[in-house]
Amino acid sequence: MNVIEILFWFLSVMALGGAVMVVSSKSPVHSILYLILTFFAISGHYILMNAQFLAIVNIIVYAGAIMVLFLFVVMLMNLNADSEPHQKNKWILYIGGIAGGSLLLIIVAALKQTAAATQLVQMNSGNTGLIKNLGMLLFTDYVFPFEISSILFLSAMIGAVIISKKEA
Amino acid sequence: MLLSIDLSLILEKFVLIVVVVMSSLVIAMYATFAERKVAAFMQDRRGPNRAGPFGLLQPVADGLKLFFKEEIIPDLSSKFLFILGPCLAMLTAMMTGAVIPWGDKVHFFGRDIPLQIADINIGILYVFGVVSLGVYGIMIGSWASNNKFSLMGGLRAASQIISYELAMGIALIALLMTTGTLSLKEIVEQQQQHWYSWNIIKQPLGFLIFLICAFAECNRTPFDLPEAENELIGGYHTEYSSMKLGFFLFAEYINMFLSSAVMVSLFFGGYDIPFVNDASLAETIGVNWIALIHTGLFLFKAACFLFLFMWVRWTIPRFRYDQLMNLGWKILIPLALINMLVTGAFILFQENNWHF
Repeated sequence: MNVIEILFWFLSVMALGGAVMVVSSKSPVHSILYLILTFFAISGHYILMNAQFLAIVNIIVYAGAIMVLFLFVVMLMNLNADSEPHQKNKWILYIGGIAGGSLLLIIVAALKQTAAATQLVQMNSGNTGLIKNLGMLLFTDYVFPFEISSILFLSAMIGAVIISKKEA
Repeated sequence: MLLSIDLSLILEKFVLIVVVVMSSLVIAMYATFAERKVAAFMQDRRGPNRAGPFGLLQPVADGLKLFFKEEIIPDLSSKFLFILGPCLAMLTAMMTGAVIPWGDKVHFFGRDIPLQIADINIGILYVFGVVSLGVYGIMIGSWASNNKFSLMGGLRAASQIISYELAMGIALIALLMTTGTLSLKEIVEQQQQHWYSWNIIKQPLGFLIFLICAFAECNRTPFDLPEAENELIGGYHTEYSSMKLGFFLFAEYINMFLSSAVMVSLFFGGYDIPFVNDASLAETIGVNWIALIHTGLFLFKAACFLFLFMWVRWTIPRFRYDQLMNLGWKILIPLALINMLVTGAFILFQENNWHF
């Protein structure tokens, strides 16, 4: 075990543990805080893969902006553990557990066959996540999907403005 | 081999981190003193002058006072989050210092030691990321207080910081178009070439927008709406007492100092000595002396910005909340977008040698 492997396991435990706590914690505010922890762990994974740009953009956009808005809304509506809807039907819980478990089983079985299964961590070798390479790729090979997604964002923004205008 | 990294490198970085953290704490401490002195000067008073010569021990006395006060944690609050709030505020305030180039390098024990903790190739985005995390301390602390006035202050802080982050980011994009790099070290080195190569000359409007947004991100007057004694009893820190309150107030001064340092590196040449060829001066007086001059000059430039922060606080009254939102969304963001378009068009024409 070298340092990078230790870091990998630490970050993986942090990401998975955080994700489980997001689902299982009663208070919505705690859920959001665990989700932020998960995003940090994922950013750590990006840094291990030498994708520094992706790591920092993940923090700026998800942890820094979207999660602040989530927290904002939850605090404004004063959601707490009491306002969490309680699931009374136990059969739904069992069925959900079985369905989720079989999905996990299929994913694990499918990933076992791929080449990625033998390689534990891709350390320091990738360079697509560096800002220069990523910019080159986005503006040459993938310029069409890039522009399409920007139009999607624009329409979402205009939609948000229109919705907020109607209520005023 | 568990640790393949050079041990002396770790030691060198550790010493650098301790020095940067300690000096930003001390500078923030004396910024509180300077704030009161500047306020006194502007209002024709003397200011604190009892503790020590010229009142220089006043920050120590303030700190001791805060430490000895009773610590109160509200009954119905979430205790862990209540303590986490001020800790996060301090942590995110200090993290920016890691990428700022405080000087070029020093030469000790046969090693060149760069005066920057980490020269990462996304330097300015790191600063931006840390700034966007800065709001969590206030939000979590205000929510955990279980007090509606605190919560109002926290919500104000969050919406204000998010609104001004947009204009700040767009102003930065225009700057990055002219520099072509995100590393703070390289941005500073580019500005050392001529006396006219400071970015303030290339991006005056961008600097103005960045400055206003920096005021808003630090919650300084005229944008100190999260703290409003007459509307919100106190603001986001109503329920806080003792040193936890001190941390919140202190984080503001650290934020001020480090955002001054960022503005100096981005727009005012960093540690560059104006009108002097630094490289030839380094050959005549040695690397270590030039590093001393560089760092001293850097701190002087940052101190000028700190004075500007205080000057504005004691000169300009604050905004109303709707005025603040109007300024952010309807004036600064369009201005920043125009600035970005003009910069882009200029660079495009320049690369085509002015053929249309």
